[in-house]
Amino acid sequence: MTQSPDYSERPWMDPEAEPFIKVQSVSKHFGDFTAVDSVDLEIYKGELFCLLGGSGCGKSTLLRMLAGFETPSSGTILIDGQNMNDVPPYERPVNMMFQSYALFPHMTVEKNVAYGLKRDRVPGDEIEQRVSDMLAMVELTQFARRKPHQLSGGQQQRVALARSLVKQPKVLLLDEPLGALDKRLRDQTQYELMNIQEQLGVTFVVVTHDQEEAMTLSTRIAIMDAGRFMQIGTPTEIYEFPTSRVVANFIGNANMFEGRIIENGDDHVIVESKHPDCEFYIDHGMSIPEGTKVWVALRPEKVRISKDSPDNADSRTNMIKGMVHDIGYLGGSSTYRVQVDGDHLVEITSPNMLRPKEAVPPIDWDQEVYLSWDASSSVVLTK
Amino acid sequence: MSTPPDAVLPAEAGLREKALYWATHFLQNNWRKLVLFVPFAWLLLFFLAPFYFVLKISLAETTIASPPYTPMIEWVDEGIMHVRLVIDNFAYLWEDDLYVNTYLSSLKISSISTLLCLLVGYPIAYAIVRSSHTTKHILLMLIILPFWTSFLLRVYAWMGILADQGLVNDFIRWLGFEPLRLLYTHTAVYIGIVYTYVPFMILPLYANMEKLDWTLLEAAADLGAKPMTTFATVTLPMTAPGILAGSLLVFIPATGEYVIPDLLGGGNVLMIGRVLYNEFNANIDWPVASAVAIALLLVLVLPMMLYQHVQAKEDGLK
Repeated sequence: MTQSPDYSERPWMDPEAEPFIKVQSVSKHFGDFTAVDSVDLEIYKGELFCLLGGSGCGKSTLLRMLAGFETPSSGTILIDGQNMNDVPPYERPVNMMFQSYALFPHMTVEKNVAYGLKRDRVPGDEIEQRVSDMLAMVELTQFARRKPHQLSGGQQQRVALARSLVKQPKVLLLDEPLGALDKRLRDQTQYELMNIQEQLGVTFVVVTHDQEEAMTLSTRIAIMDAGRFMQIGTPTEIYEFPTSRVVANFIGNANMFEGRIIENGDDHVIVESKHPDCEFYIDHGMSIPEGTKVWVALRPEKVRISKDSPDNADSRTNMIKGMVHDIGYLGGSSTYRVQVDGDHLVEITSPNMLRPKEAVPPIDWDQEVYLSWDASSSVVLTK
Repeated sequence: MSTPPDAVLPAEAGLREKALYWATHFLQNNWRKLVLFVPFAWLLLFFLAPFYFVLKISLAETTIASPPYTPMIEWVDEGIMHVRLVIDNFAYLWEDDLYVNTYLSSLKISSISTLLCLLVGYPIAYAIVRSSHTTKHILLMLIILPFWTSFLLRVYAWMGILADQGLVNDFIRWLGFEPLRLLYTHTAVYIGIVYTYVPFMILPLYANMEKLDWTLLEAAADLGAKPMTTFATVTLPMTAPGILAGSLLVFIPATGEYVIPDLLGGGNVLMIGRVLYNEFNANIDWPVASAVAIALLLVLVLPMMLYQHVQAKEDGLK
């Protein structure tokens, strides 16, 4: 008997699951400028989905179209099976948390949170109950009677969150939710946000330009550039298996080696690079012909650095010799920039596992070092 | 003032150099006080001094002399100072129905005019703020443009427009209807006041709305507020300071308005400005005219001070 796999954590893998939000070939033009260029997107119930990209990539426009502040120039947006194109913002089952928080300055915290419930004509005692529950959840009960300007940035952020969640929306849209907070508060709030999302089971769609934020928060990430999606996938997929150089460079750092496929086996490919002493052996098959120009991406933390030649049999495969050009000591780890073949710099991050006996680091400037990596560590990119 | 070190000034310096040096030194050390002195001096010279004279005259009696009122302080023989303050003028204002009615009528006309200015000015200010950068400047220019023509001339123009044989009635006759009596009615006065004072409503409203955070309106819509509700619960409270500033700027001068009721209202519209003019010029009763002015000031200033007091209290509670 075969057990059906558990998709509860990964609804996008479930072939039978119906997406909760469907964006179908949606475009948005502002005059001559195309902000969003015919994108398709499916977001499932309970996801914490991140739209990630630099400024002007169209992520905010897409979010505003979901909220109803912008209407698509073409295409349709479905939320819970309902076409949203002609539905005004005040009738949509979504709520938004604004980047600037947009708290009503003339109302107390309490009144701000109650605002949405009052519009729905919820009875007074129920409003009171739900508002106080919500304020308790964001730990702001004692600030209920304050005005927004009497609160700190972090507290304002939590009021904004409470206000947008109190109506129990089917979807919560968050525009740079942590953007205005300082680093320490951001880290802390990030986890609070994830807990709240898990607790309430609301679908979150988050817009952010901060890749670290996207990586920690999301179930899936869509990377946007120039109004289009570059890649959609889980943080792991996007980090470990980027499909293009843009994505590989956008999320984390990657060393890029230009090359040509010289052998394409069933379970491996071999790429010849510009560096005469180095050949890449990659243990995943590719459906592209031999001779194609490709790029091999190699993450800095997946490269080993040593003073001695590693003892593999073939010294040409997945290994390169170089000279230490720069060392960045970060305490827990060090970043080395190693010069190979003249001008090409390869970046390596390596944990400082051993405490050096003297103050002299084990690997020093201008030393000759060997860089090596596993067959599964690099990725072949065609664009 | 500190003494400048003598070493800086050469011993053989002439009077001119010394004076210049001292003046510069004084300015350098006291410019903060001097800057503050300017507005106080202005108020003293152009507000308090005239106010004192008017107050003094309002407490005097009419005589046939030049000036036509009794002096406040008289020196009787043997150095005895005789101060005479008469409050009869104020009592007279209260006893004579004409004055009370005129004050009430003035307040009514200026209140309604303020409300009309608000109803006309608010949408205009809103439209200006929401328009594109270039249009915005053109529209603001158009609001300010009428000030380039003499106010009196513009009121005369309205007489031409509203007269029995004027533009409006020509048009009504052309349509085939009975002409309306417009000039020398309350309607004409309202038209004149709203026309003249609406920029004073629009400009403070514009300044206030310009600073408004429009994402607040999106937030309200997002939370389920229909456009009208958003207006009532967010836009209106947020623009209240602008409404108040604009209303005061219209209400106060409109209450004391003289030219518009005189030219457009004729004898049919009672306003305090006209009464004041008549007391002063026709009756040559300076003390009563001054009492009228002082009473008007009290009528206008007291509610404002009350408002400021309440506002200050509220701010203190924050």
